[in-house]
Amino acid sequence: MNYQEQWVALYTLVSKEIRRFTRIWVQTLLPPAITMALYFVIFGKLIGSRIGDMGGFTYIQFVVPGLIMMAVLTNSYSNVTSSFFSAKFQRSVEELLVSPTPNYIILLGFCLGGMARGLGVGAIVTALSLFFTSLPVHNWAVVVTIVTLTAMLFALAGFINAVFANTFDDISIVPTFVLTPLTYLGGVFFSIDLLSEFWQGVARLNPILYMVNTFRYGLLGVSDVNVTWAIVGLVVCVVALFIIALYLLKNGTRLRA
Amino acid sequence: MTAALSIRNLTKTYGDGFQALKGISLEVQPGDFFALLGPNGAGKSTTIGIICSLLRKTSGAVEVFGIDTDTHFSQAKMNIGVVPQEFNFSMFEKVLDIITQQGGYYGIPVKLARERAEKYLRQLGLWDKRNTPARMLSGGMKRRLMIARALVHNPGLLILDEPTAGVDIELRRSMWDFLKQINAAGTTIILTTHYLEEAESLCRNVAIIDHGEIIKNTSIRELLKELNREVFILDCSGELTEAPAVPEFQTRLLDEHSFEVEIEKGQSLNGLFSALSSQGVNIVSMRNKANRLEELFMAMVANNQHRGQQEGE
Repeated sequence: MNYQEQWVALYTLVSKEIRRFTRIWVQTLLPPAITMALYFVIFGKLIGSRIGDMGGFTYIQFVVPGLIMMAVLTNSYSNVTSSFFSAKFQRSVEELLVSPTPNYIILLGFCLGGMARGLGVGAIVTALSLFFTSLPVHNWAVVVTIVTLTAMLFALAGFINAVFANTFDDISIVPTFVLTPLTYLGGVFFSIDLLSEFWQGVARLNPILYMVNTFRYGLLGVSDVNVTWAIVGLVVCVVALFIIALYLLKNGTRLRA
Repeated sequence: MTAALSIRNLTKTYGDGFQALKGISLEVQPGDFFALLGPNGAGKSTTIGIICSLLRKTSGAVEVFGIDTDTHFSQAKMNIGVVPQEFNFSMFEKVLDIITQQGGYYGIPVKLARERAEKYLRQLGLWDKRNTPARMLSGGMKRRLMIARALVHNPGLLILDEPTAGVDIELRRSMWDFLKQINAAGTTIILTTHYLEEAESLCRNVAIIDHGEIIKNTSIRELLKELNREVFILDCSGELTEAPAVPEFQTRLLDEHSFEVEIEKGQSLNGLFSALSSQGVNIVSMRNKANRLEELFMAMVANNQHRGQQEGE
Protein backbone atom coordinates (compact mmCIF):
# COMPACT_ATOMS: atom_id res chain seq x y z
CA MET A 1 0.00 0.00 0.00
CA ASN A 2 1.34 3.41 -0.86
CA TYR A 3 0.96 6.35 1.52
CA GLN A 4 -2.17 7.65 -0.17
CA GLU A 5 -3.85 4.24 0.16
CA GLN A 6 -2.75 4.03 3.79
CA TRP A 7 -4.28 7.44 4.39
CA VAL A 8 -7.57 6.25 2.87
CA ALA A 9 -7.48 3.15 5.13
CA LEU A 10 -6.83 5.30 8.22
CA TYR A 11 -9.57 7.76 7.29
CA THR A 12 -11.99 4.86 6.74
CA LEU A 13 -11.21 3.29 10.09
CA VAL A 14 -11.36 6.53 12.09
CA SER A 15 -14.59 7.70 10.47
CA LYS A 16 -16.10 4.25 11.09
CA GLU A 17 -15.12 4.46 14.76
CA ILE A 18 -16.56 7.95 15.12
CA ARG A 19 -19.77 6.88 13.39
CA ARG A 20 -19.99 3.95 15.80
CA PHE A 21 -19.94 5.97 19.01
CA THR A 22 -22.07 8.81 17.66
CA ARG A 23 -24.70 6.30 16.41
CA ILE A 24 -25.08 5.03 19.99
CA TRP A 25 -24.68 8.46 21.62
CA VAL A 26 -27.25 7.58 24.29
CA GLN A 27 -24.79 4.93 25.54
CA THR A 28 -21.54 6.76 24.85
CA LEU A 29 -21.95 10.53 25.15
CA LEU A 30 -24.98 11.13 27.34
CA PRO A 31 -24.13 9.06 30.47
CA PRO A 32 -20.76 10.75 31.17
CA ALA A 33 -22.39 14.16 30.65
CA ILE A 34 -25.10 13.33 33.21
CA THR A 35 -22.62 11.81 35.68
CA MET A 36 -20.31 14.81 35.50
CA ALA A 37 -23.20 17.27 35.80
CA LEU A 38 -24.16 15.46 39.03
CA TYR A 39 -20.57 15.74 40.28
CA PHE A 40 -20.66 19.49 39.56
CA VAL A 41 -23.94 19.89 41.43
CA ILE A 42 -22.96 17.78 44.45
CA PHE A 43 -19.26 18.52 44.88
CA GLY A 44 -19.35 21.96 43.39
CA LYS A 45 -22.49 23.54 44.71
CA LEU A 46 -23.87 21.45 47.59
CA ILE A 47 -20.71 20.23 49.37
CA GLY A 48 -18.08 22.43 47.75
CA SER A 49 -19.39 25.65 49.28
CA ARG A 50 -18.75 24.15 52.75
CA ILE A 51 -15.26 22.91 51.91
CA GLY A 52 -13.95 26.30 50.98
CA ASP A 53 -10.91 27.12 48.84
CA MET A 54 -8.31 24.60 47.73
CA GLY A 55 -4.98 25.63 46.20
CA GLY A 56 -6.22 29.19 46.03
CA PHE A 57 -9.33 28.35 43.98
CA THR A 58 -12.93 27.56 44.82
CA TYR A 59 -13.53 23.86 45.33
CA ILE A 60 -15.53 23.51 42.12
CA GLN A 61 -12.75 25.19 40.12
CA PHE A 62 -10.31 22.78 41.74
CA VAL A 63 -12.27 19.62 40.90
CA VAL A 64 -13.34 20.57 37.35
CA PRO A 65 -9.94 19.79 35.71
CA GLY A 66 -9.85 16.39 37.41
CA LEU A 67 -13.40 15.58 36.36
CA ILE A 68 -12.67 16.58 32.76
CA MET A 69 -9.58 14.38 32.78
CA MET A 70 -11.55 11.52 34.33
CA ALA A 71 -14.09 11.76 31.50
CA VAL A 72 -11.33 11.84 28.85
CA LEU A 73 -9.39 8.85 30.10
CA THR A 74 -12.34 6.57 30.90
CA ASN A 75 -14.04 7.25 27.58
CA SER A 76 -10.86 6.85 25.51
CA TYR A 77 -10.24 3.55 27.22
CA SER A 78 -13.75 2.15 27.07
CA ASN A 79 -14.31 3.15 23.45
CA VAL A 80 -11.36 1.12 22.20
CA THR A 81 -12.00 -1.88 24.46
CA SER A 82 -15.64 -2.15 23.47
CA SER A 83 -15.08 -1.44 19.78
CA PHE A 84 -12.11 -3.76 19.26
CA PHE A 85 -13.51 -6.52 21.44
CA SER A 86 -16.85 -6.33 19.59
CA ALA A 87 -14.96 -6.58 16.31
CA LYS A 88 -13.21 -9.67 17.65
CA PHE A 89 -16.46 -11.11 19.04
CA GLN A 90 -18.38 -10.58 15.77
CA ARG A 91 -15.28 -11.57 13.77
CA SER A 92 -15.56 -8.33 11.79
CA VAL A 93 -11.93 -7.72 12.74
CA GLU A 94 -11.20 -10.25 9.98
CA GLU A 95 -12.21 -7.56 7.47
CA LEU A 96 -9.08 -5.72 8.56
CA LEU A 97 -6.85 -8.74 9.02
CA VAL A 98 -7.38 -9.99 5.46
CA SER A 99 -6.82 -6.52 4.02
CA PRO A 100 -3.43 -5.02 3.19
CA THR A 101 -3.90 -2.31 5.85
CA PRO A 102 -0.64 -2.18 7.85
CA ASN A 103 -0.82 -3.00 11.55
CA TYR A 104 0.18 0.49 12.63
CA ILE A 105 -2.74 1.95 10.67
CA ILE A 106 -5.14 -0.49 12.36
CA LEU A 107 -3.75 0.48 15.76
CA LEU A 108 -3.82 4.20 14.98
CA GLY A 109 -7.35 3.96 13.60
CA PHE A 110 -8.79 2.40 16.74
CA CYS A 111 -6.79 4.72 19.01
CA LEU A 112 -7.78 7.88 17.14
CA GLY A 113 -11.39 6.72 17.35
CA GLY A 114 -11.02 6.26 21.11
CA MET A 115 -9.31 9.63 21.43
CA ALA A 116 -12.10 11.28 19.45
CA ARG A 117 -14.66 9.97 21.94
CA GLY A 118 -12.49 10.82 24.95
CA LEU A 119 -11.84 14.35 23.75
CA GLY A 120 -15.46 14.77 22.60
CA VAL A 121 -16.79 13.79 26.02
CA GLY A 122 -14.10 16.00 27.60
CA ALA A 123 -15.39 18.94 25.54
CA ILE A 124 -19.00 18.23 26.58
CA VAL A 125 -17.98 18.04 30.25
CA THR A 126 -15.98 21.27 29.90
CA ALA A 127 -18.98 23.02 28.35
CA LEU A 128 -21.21 21.75 31.19
CA SER A 129 -18.73 22.93 33.82
CA LEU A 130 -19.05 26.47 32.50
CA PHE A 131 -22.64 26.52 33.80
CA PHE A 132 -21.23 26.08 37.32
CA THR A 133 -17.97 28.03 37.34
CA SER A 134 -15.56 30.03 35.22
CA LEU A 135 -12.55 28.16 33.92
CA PRO A 136 -9.31 30.08 33.31
CA VAL A 137 -6.63 28.69 31.03
CA HIS A 138 -3.13 29.18 32.41
CA ASN A 139 -1.20 27.45 29.60
CA TRP A 140 -2.90 26.28 26.39
CA ALA A 141 0.12 24.25 25.24
CA VAL A 142 0.14 22.18 28.44
CA VAL A 143 -3.64 21.70 28.29
CA VAL A 144 -3.60 20.44 24.69
CA THR A 145 -0.48 18.29 25.17
CA ILE A 146 -1.58 16.56 28.36
CA VAL A 147 -5.14 15.92 27.28
CA THR A 148 -4.00 14.50 23.93
CA LEU A 149 -1.31 12.30 25.47
CA THR A 150 -3.68 11.03 28.16
CA ALA A 151 -6.37 10.17 25.63
CA MET A 152 -3.77 8.35 23.48
CA LEU A 153 -2.32 6.47 26.44
CA PHE A 154 -5.69 5.18 27.61
CA ALA A 155 -6.81 4.36 24.08
CA LEU A 156 -3.66 2.23 23.71
CA ALA A 157 -4.23 0.60 27.08
CA GLY A 158 -7.81 -0.14 26.06
CA PHE A 159 -6.59 -1.72 22.84
CA ILE A 160 -4.23 -4.03 24.73
CA ASN A 161 -7.04 -4.96 27.13
CA ALA A 162 -9.31 -5.79 24.17
CA VAL A 163 -6.63 -7.92 22.51
CA PHE A 164 -6.35 -10.14 25.59
CA ALA A 165 -10.07 -10.14 26.46
CA ASN A 166 -11.94 -13.36 25.83
CA THR A 167 -15.29 -12.34 27.29
CA PHE A 168 -17.23 -9.13 27.89
CA ASP A 169 -16.36 -9.52 31.59
CA ASP A 170 -12.69 -9.19 30.69
CA ILE A 171 -13.21 -5.71 29.29
CA SER A 172 -14.92 -4.43 32.43
CA ILE A 173 -12.44 -5.77 34.99
CA VAL A 174 -9.72 -3.17 34.42
CA PRO A 175 -12.07 -0.13 34.37
CA THR A 176 -13.88 -1.32 37.49
CA PHE A 177 -11.02 -2.58 39.63
CA VAL A 178 -8.07 -0.53 38.39
CA LEU A 179 -9.06 2.63 36.55
CA THR A 180 -11.86 3.85 38.81
CA PRO A 181 -9.93 3.49 42.12
CA LEU A 182 -6.79 5.03 40.62
CA THR A 183 -8.80 7.94 39.20
CA TYR A 184 -10.66 8.63 42.45
CA LEU A 185 -7.37 8.48 44.39
CA GLY A 186 -5.50 10.41 41.67
CA GLY A 187 -6.06 13.87 43.03
CA VAL A 188 -9.33 14.58 41.26
CA PHE A 189 -11.11 15.67 44.42
CA PHE A 190 -8.22 16.68 46.67
CA SER A 191 -4.68 18.01 46.74
CA ILE A 192 -2.15 15.47 47.99
CA ASP A 193 -0.84 18.19 50.29
CA LEU A 194 -3.75 17.19 52.53
CA LEU A 195 -2.25 13.70 52.98
CA SER A 196 0.40 12.61 55.45
CA GLU A 197 3.93 12.19 54.11
CA PHE A 198 3.55 8.41 53.87
CA TRP A 199 0.29 8.58 51.91
CA GLN A 200 1.75 11.32 49.70
CA GLY A 201 4.48 8.83 48.76
CA VAL A 202 1.86 6.19 47.99
CA ALA A 203 -0.19 8.68 45.98
CA ARG A 204 2.86 9.55 43.87
CA LEU A 205 2.93 5.95 42.62
CA ASN A 206 -0.42 6.55 40.94
CA PRO A 207 0.17 7.62 37.29
CA ILE A 208 -3.23 9.28 37.03
CA LEU A 209 -2.16 11.79 39.71
CA TYR A 210 0.40 13.19 37.26
CA MET A 211 -2.11 13.53 34.43
CA VAL A 212 -4.75 15.20 36.56
CA ASN A 213 -2.30 17.59 38.16
CA THR A 214 -0.59 18.51 34.91
CA PHE A 215 -3.98 19.25 33.35
CA ARG A 216 -4.91 21.26 36.44
CA TYR A 217 -1.68 23.19 36.00
CA GLY A 218 -2.59 23.93 32.38
CA LEU A 219 -5.93 25.37 33.46
CA LEU A 220 -5.33 26.86 36.91
CA GLY A 221 -1.54 27.12 37.14
CA VAL A 222 -1.32 24.94 40.27
CA SER A 223 0.01 21.40 40.55
CA ASP A 224 1.21 18.84 43.11
CA VAL A 225 3.71 17.36 40.63
CA ASN A 226 6.53 18.43 38.31
CA VAL A 227 4.74 19.18 35.03
CA THR A 228 7.75 18.68 32.74
CA TRP A 229 8.57 15.27 34.15
CA ALA A 230 4.92 14.29 34.02
CA ILE A 231 4.77 15.06 30.29
CA VAL A 232 8.08 13.29 29.60
CA GLY A 233 6.88 10.25 31.55
CA LEU A 234 3.61 10.24 29.64
CA VAL A 235 5.38 10.38 26.26
CA VAL A 236 7.56 7.42 27.30
CA CYS A 237 4.47 5.45 28.37
CA VAL A 238 2.63 6.23 25.11
CA VAL A 239 5.61 5.09 23.03
CA ALA A 240 6.00 1.93 25.14
CA LEU A 241 2.33 0.98 24.90
CA PHE A 242 2.29 1.72 21.16
CA ILE A 243 5.20 -0.67 20.63
CA ILE A 244 3.59 -3.35 22.80
CA ALA A 245 0.23 -3.03 21.02
CA LEU A 246 1.91 -3.12 17.63
CA TYR A 247 3.83 -6.25 18.62
CA LEU A 248 0.59 -7.94 19.72
CA LEU A 249 -1.02 -7.11 16.38
CA LYS A 250 1.99 -8.25 14.36
CA ASN A 251 2.18 -11.44 16.39
CA GLY A 252 -1.56 -12.01 15.96
CA THR A 253 -1.98 -12.54 19.70
CA ARG A 254 -5.52 -13.84 20.34
CA LEU A 255 -6.34 -12.85 16.75
CA ARG A 256 -4.63 -15.38 14.53
CA ALA A 257 -4.37 -19.05 15.54
CA MET B 1 2.49 -18.76 -16.83
CA THR B 2 2.53 -17.59 -13.20
CA ALA B 3 0.00 -19.51 -11.14
CA ALA B 4 -2.84 -17.56 -9.53
CA LEU B 5 -2.13 -19.53 -6.37
CA SER B 6 0.88 -21.62 -5.59
CA ILE B 7 1.16 -23.53 -2.32
CA ARG B 8 4.29 -25.49 -1.51
CA ASN B 9 4.73 -27.96 1.36
CA LEU B 10 2.25 -26.13 3.55
CA THR B 11 1.99 -27.44 7.09
CA LYS B 12 -0.05 -26.30 10.02
CA THR B 13 0.19 -27.68 13.53
CA TYR B 14 -2.06 -26.08 16.14
CA GLY B 15 -0.94 -25.35 19.68
CA ASP B 16 -2.55 -28.54 20.99
CA GLY B 17 -0.38 -30.59 18.61
CA PHE B 18 -3.12 -31.29 16.07
CA GLN B 19 -1.60 -31.40 12.58
CA ALA B 20 -4.22 -29.84 10.32
CA LEU B 21 -2.05 -29.72 7.17
CA LYS B 22 0.68 -32.22 6.44
CA GLY B 23 2.70 -30.56 3.71
CA ILE B 24 0.21 -29.88 0.95
CA SER B 25 1.25 -28.50 -2.44
CA LEU B 26 -1.18 -27.05 -4.93
CA GLU B 27 -1.27 -24.84 -8.00
CA VAL B 28 -4.29 -23.02 -9.37
CA GLN B 29 -3.92 -21.47 -12.79
CA PRO B 30 -5.21 -17.97 -13.67
CA GLY B 31 -8.83 -18.00 -14.82
CA ASP B 32 -9.53 -21.39 -13.29
CA PHE B 33 -12.65 -22.29 -11.35
CA PHE B 34 -11.14 -24.64 -8.81
CA ALA B 35 -12.89 -26.83 -6.25
CA LEU B 36 -11.23 -27.66 -2.95
CA LEU B 37 -13.22 -30.53 -1.53
CA GLY B 38 -12.95 -32.56 1.60
CA PRO B 39 -14.94 -33.80 4.57
CA ASN B 40 -15.38 -31.66 7.67
CA GLY B 41 -12.06 -31.12 9.45
CA ALA B 42 -10.04 -32.15 6.39
CA GLY B 43 -8.07 -28.89 6.29
CA LYS B 44 -9.93 -26.81 3.69
CA SER B 45 -10.69 -23.84 5.92
CA THR B 46 -7.21 -24.01 7.46
CA THR B 47 -5.71 -23.77 3.98
CA ILE B 48 -7.92 -20.79 3.14
CA GLY B 49 -7.17 -19.17 6.50
CA ILE B 50 -3.45 -19.36 5.80
CA ILE B 51 -3.77 -18.03 2.24
CA CYS B 52 -5.63 -14.93 3.44
CA SER B 53 -3.45 -14.62 6.58
CA LEU B 54 -6.12 -15.26 9.18
CA LEU B 55 -4.05 -18.21 10.36
CA ARG B 56 -0.29 -18.58 10.74
CA LYS B 57 1.30 -21.42 8.87
CA THR B 58 3.83 -23.69 10.54
CA SER B 59 5.96 -24.04 7.41
CA GLY B 60 5.76 -23.88 3.64
CA ALA B 61 5.20 -21.10 1.14
CA VAL B 62 2.19 -19.42 -0.42
CA GLU B 63 2.35 -17.25 -3.52
CA VAL B 64 -0.52 -15.34 -5.09
CA PHE B 65 0.13 -14.43 -8.73
CA GLY B 66 3.82 -14.99 -8.00
CA ILE B 67 3.83 -12.71 -4.93
CA ASP B 68 5.07 -14.29 -1.72
CA THR B 69 2.59 -13.75 1.11
CA ASP B 70 5.44 -13.69 3.66
CA THR B 71 7.70 -11.11 2.08
CA HIS B 72 5.13 -8.96 0.19
CA PHE B 73 1.99 -9.50 2.22
CA SER B 74 0.44 -6.15 1.29
CA GLN B 75 0.76 -6.71 -2.48
CA ALA B 76 -0.38 -10.32 -2.15
CA LYS B 77 -3.47 -9.35 -0.17
CA MET B 78 -4.44 -6.80 -2.82
CA ASN B 79 -5.02 -9.78 -5.15
CA ILE B 80 -7.15 -11.87 -2.79
CA GLY B 81 -10.85 -11.61 -2.06
CA VAL B 82 -12.24 -13.99 0.52
CA VAL B 83 -15.77 -15.07 1.40
CA PRO B 84 -15.49 -16.98 4.68
CA GLN B 85 -17.74 -19.71 5.94
CA GLU B 86 -18.98 -17.72 8.95
CA PHE B 87 -20.55 -14.27 8.77
CA ASN B 88 -17.81 -11.85 9.74
CA PHE B 89 -19.16 -8.35 9.42
CA SER B 90 -20.54 -5.94 11.97
CA MET B 91 -24.23 -6.74 12.32
CA PHE B 92 -24.96 -3.11 13.20
CA GLU B 93 -23.49 -1.55 10.06
CA LYS B 94 -25.52 -0.84 6.95
CA VAL B 95 -24.96 -2.98 3.86
CA LEU B 96 -23.51 -0.16 1.74
CA ASP B 97 -21.23 1.00 4.58
CA ILE B 98 -19.81 -2.50 5.07
CA ILE B 99 -18.73 -2.72 1.45
CA THR B 100 -17.50 0.87 1.18
CA GLN B 101 -15.42 0.47 4.35
CA GLN B 102 -13.89 -2.72 3.04
CA GLY B 103 -12.86 -0.79 -0.05
CA GLY B 104 -11.27 1.79 2.23
CA TYR B 105 -9.16 -0.89 3.90
CA TYR B 106 -7.73 -1.60 0.45
CA GLY B 107 -7.00 2.09 -0.11
CA ILE B 108 -9.93 2.66 -2.46
CA PRO B 109 -11.37 6.18 -2.15
CA VAL B 110 -14.97 6.44 -0.92
CA LYS B 111 -16.43 7.57 -4.26
CA LEU B 112 -14.94 4.67 -6.21
CA ALA B 113 -15.77 2.18 -3.46
CA ARG B 114 -19.41 3.33 -3.54
CA GLU B 115 -19.56 2.95 -7.32
CA ARG B 116 -18.25 -0.60 -7.09
CA ALA B 117 -20.50 -1.38 -4.15
CA GLU B 118 -23.51 -0.25 -6.19
CA LYS B 119 -22.41 -2.37 -9.16
CA TYR B 120 -22.06 -5.57 -7.13
CA LEU B 121 -25.09 -4.96 -4.92
CA ARG B 122 -27.22 -4.51 -8.04
CA GLN B 123 -25.77 -7.65 -9.63
CA LEU B 124 -26.42 -9.64 -6.48
CA GLY B 125 -29.91 -8.25 -5.97
CA LEU B 126 -29.12 -6.37 -2.77
CA TRP B 127 -29.26 -2.75 -3.92
CA ASP B 128 -32.69 -2.25 -2.33
CA LYS B 129 -31.18 -3.32 0.99
CA ARG B 130 -28.21 -0.94 0.85
CA ASN B 131 -29.37 1.10 3.85
CA THR B 132 -30.49 -1.90 5.89
CA PRO B 133 -28.41 -2.92 8.93
CA ALA B 134 -26.74 -6.26 8.21
CA ARG B 135 -28.49 -7.98 11.12
CA MET B 136 -31.84 -7.47 9.35
CA LEU B 137 -30.80 -9.50 6.29
CA SER B 138 -31.76 -13.11 5.65
CA GLY B 139 -29.05 -15.80 5.60
CA GLY B 140 -28.88 -15.80 1.80
CA MET B 141 -28.61 -12.02 1.68
CA LYS B 142 -25.77 -12.07 4.19
CA ARG B 143 -23.90 -14.56 2.01
CA ARG B 144 -24.36 -12.32 -1.03
CA LEU B 145 -23.24 -9.32 0.99
CA MET B 146 -19.99 -11.13 1.78
CA ILE B 147 -19.48 -11.88 -1.92
CA ALA B 148 -20.00 -8.21 -2.84
CA ARG B 149 -17.62 -7.17 -0.06
CA ALA B 150 -14.95 -9.60 -1.26
CA LEU B 151 -15.12 -8.15 -4.78
CA VAL B 152 -14.95 -4.43 -3.95
CA HIS B 153 -11.20 -4.24 -4.60
CA ASN B 154 -11.46 -6.28 -7.84
CA PRO B 155 -9.26 -9.17 -6.69
CA GLY B 156 -7.70 -11.51 -9.23
CA LEU B 157 -8.29 -14.47 -6.93
CA LEU B 158 -11.62 -15.00 -5.18
CA ILE B 159 -11.79 -17.65 -2.47
CA LEU B 160 -15.23 -18.85 -1.43
CA ASP B 161 -15.54 -21.06 1.62
CA GLU B 162 -18.93 -22.77 1.36
CA PRO B 163 -20.66 -19.70 -0.07
CA THR B 164 -24.02 -21.36 -0.64
CA ALA B 165 -24.35 -23.15 2.70
CA GLY B 166 -27.94 -22.82 3.88
CA VAL B 167 -29.03 -20.98 0.75
CA ASP B 168 -32.24 -22.10 -1.02
CA ILE B 169 -32.00 -23.75 -4.45
CA GLU B 170 -33.26 -20.79 -6.48
CA LEU B 171 -30.84 -18.39 -4.86
CA ARG B 172 -28.00 -20.90 -5.13
CA ARG B 173 -28.57 -21.15 -8.88
CA SER B 174 -28.51 -17.35 -9.23
CA MET B 175 -25.27 -17.24 -7.23
CA TRP B 176 -23.81 -19.89 -9.54
CA ASP B 177 -24.70 -17.73 -12.54
CA PHE B 178 -23.05 -14.71 -10.94
CA LEU B 179 -19.89 -16.67 -10.11
CA LYS B 180 -19.74 -18.05 -13.65
CA GLN B 181 -19.97 -14.47 -14.96
CA ILE B 182 -17.11 -13.12 -12.88
CA ASN B 183 -15.03 -16.21 -13.66
CA ALA B 184 -15.68 -15.67 -17.38
CA ALA B 185 -14.55 -12.06 -16.89
CA GLY B 186 -11.16 -13.34 -15.69
CA THR B 187 -11.39 -13.79 -11.92
CA THR B 188 -9.80 -17.01 -10.68
CA ILE B 189 -12.12 -18.72 -8.22
CA ILE B 190 -11.39 -21.29 -5.55
CA LEU B 191 -14.50 -22.85 -4.09
CA THR B 192 -15.02 -25.14 -1.15
CA THR B 193 -18.43 -26.69 -0.87
CA HIS B 194 -20.30 -29.64 0.54
CA TYR B 195 -22.70 -29.58 -2.41
CA LEU B 196 -20.78 -31.71 -4.86
CA GLU B 197 -23.19 -31.01 -7.70
CA GLU B 198 -22.10 -27.40 -7.22
CA ALA B 199 -18.46 -28.30 -7.76
CA GLU B 200 -19.37 -30.50 -10.73
CA SER B 201 -21.47 -27.76 -12.27
CA LEU B 202 -19.07 -24.86 -11.75
CA CYS B 203 -15.50 -26.08 -11.50
CA ARG B 204 -12.98 -27.25 -14.06
CA ASN B 205 -10.34 -28.57 -11.67
CA VAL B 206 -10.48 -30.10 -8.25
CA ALA B 207 -8.33 -31.06 -5.30
CA ILE B 208 -9.65 -33.40 -2.65
CA ILE B 209 -8.13 -32.94 0.77
CA ASP B 210 -8.51 -35.35 3.65
CA HIS B 211 -6.75 -35.49 7.02
CA GLY B 212 -4.48 -32.61 5.96
CA GLU B 213 -3.29 -34.27 2.77
CA ILE B 214 -4.28 -33.81 -0.86
CA ILE B 215 -5.46 -37.20 -2.02
CA LYS B 216 -6.47 -36.13 -5.52
CA ASN B 217 -5.66 -33.14 -7.73
CA THR B 218 -6.97 -33.29 -11.26
CA SER B 219 -9.65 -31.95 -13.61
CA ILE B 220 -13.29 -32.70 -12.88
CA ARG B 221 -13.50 -34.42 -16.29
CA GLU B 222 -10.58 -36.75 -15.49
CA LEU B 223 -11.95 -37.42 -12.06
CA LEU B 224 -15.34 -38.45 -13.38
CA LYS B 225 -13.65 -40.89 -15.76
CA GLU B 226 -12.59 -42.81 -12.69
CA LEU B 227 -16.16 -43.50 -11.84
CA ASN B 228 -16.54 -47.27 -12.43
CA ARG B 229 -20.16 -47.73 -11.51
CA GLU B 230 -23.26 -45.64 -11.21
CA VAL B 231 -26.59 -46.37 -9.59
CA PHE B 232 -29.72 -45.22 -11.41
CA ILE B 233 -33.27 -45.12 -10.16
CA LEU B 234 -35.86 -46.20 -12.71
CA ASP B 235 -39.53 -45.30 -12.29
CA CYS B 236 -42.13 -47.44 -14.03
CA SER B 237 -45.81 -46.94 -14.81
CA GLY B 238 -47.07 -50.30 -13.53
CA GLU B 239 -46.89 -51.80 -10.06
CA LEU B 240 -43.91 -53.95 -9.06
CA THR B 241 -43.88 -56.66 -6.40
CA GLU B 242 -40.19 -57.45 -6.81
CA ALA B 243 -37.21 -55.98 -8.64
CA PRO B 244 -37.09 -57.13 -12.28
CA ALA B 245 -34.33 -59.72 -12.81
CA VAL B 246 -32.04 -58.63 -15.64
CA PRO B 247 -28.94 -60.67 -16.60
CA GLU B 248 -25.61 -58.85 -15.91
CA PHE B 249 -27.35 -56.07 -13.94
CA GLN B 250 -27.94 -55.88 -10.21
CA THR B 251 -31.38 -54.53 -9.35
CA ARG B 252 -33.12 -53.72 -6.09
CA LEU B 253 -36.74 -52.83 -5.44
CA LEU B 254 -37.28 -49.43 -3.83
CA ASP B 255 -41.08 -49.24 -3.81
CA GLU B 256 -43.98 -50.49 -5.92
CA HIS B 257 -43.19 -48.05 -8.74
CA SER B 258 -39.40 -47.80 -8.72
CA PHE B 259 -36.24 -49.86 -8.47
CA GLU B 260 -32.54 -49.14 -8.70
CA VAL B 261 -30.00 -50.67 -11.00
CA GLU B 262 -26.18 -50.70 -10.86
CA ILE B 263 -24.48 -50.00 -14.15
CA GLU B 264 -20.77 -50.72 -14.61
CA LYS B 265 -18.56 -48.39 -16.64
CA GLY B 266 -18.87 -49.21 -20.37
CA GLN B 267 -21.90 -51.42 -19.90
CA SER B 268 -24.52 -50.95 -22.64
CA LEU B 269 -28.03 -49.99 -21.54
CA ASN B 270 -29.71 -51.51 -24.58
CA GLY B 271 -29.75 -54.96 -22.99
CA LEU B 272 -31.26 -53.57 -19.83
CA PHE B 273 -34.10 -51.81 -21.58
CA SER B 274 -34.91 -54.69 -23.93
CA ALA B 275 -34.97 -57.12 -20.98
CA LEU B 276 -37.27 -54.82 -19.05
CA SER B 277 -39.46 -54.33 -22.10
CA SER B 278 -39.79 -58.08 -22.64
CA GLN B 279 -40.93 -58.43 -19.01
CA GLY B 280 -43.60 -55.79 -19.60
CA VAL B 281 -41.92 -53.21 -17.37
CA ASN B 282 -42.65 -49.76 -18.80
CA ILE B 283 -39.96 -47.23 -17.73
CA VAL B 284 -41.23 -43.64 -17.52
CA SER B 285 -38.18 -41.90 -16.04
CA MET B 286 -34.58 -42.51 -15.02
CA ARG B 287 -32.20 -40.55 -12.80
CA ASN B 288 -28.87 -40.83 -11.00
CA LYS B 289 -29.28 -42.05 -7.43
CA ALA B 290 -26.48 -39.77 -6.26
CA ASN B 291 -24.40 -37.04 -7.79
CA ARG B 292 -21.57 -38.65 -9.77
CA LEU B 293 -18.88 -36.64 -8.04
CA GLU B 294 -20.39 -37.46 -4.68
CA GLU B 295 -19.98 -41.18 -5.32
CA LEU B 296 -16.33 -40.72 -6.25
CA PHE B 297 -15.70 -38.42 -3.33
CA MET B 298 -17.17 -40.87 -0.83
CA ALA B 299 -15.12 -43.72 -2.30
CA MET B 300 -11.88 -41.74 -2.18
CA VAL B 301 -12.36 -40.50 1.34
CA ALA B 302 -13.31 -44.00 2.49
CA ASN B 303 -10.19 -45.43 0.80
CA ASN B 304 -8.02 -42.79 2.41
CA GLN B 305 -9.45 -43.53 5.84
CA HIS B 306 -8.97 -47.26 5.30
CA ARG B 307 -5.33 -46.68 4.25
CA GLY B 308 -4.77 -44.46 7.30
CA GLN B 309 -6.14 -47.16 9.60
CA GLN B 310 -3.90 -49.80 8.00
CA GLU B 311 -0.83 -47.56 8.41
CA GLY B 312 -1.85 -46.98 12.01
CA GLU B 313 -1.95 -50.73 12.64
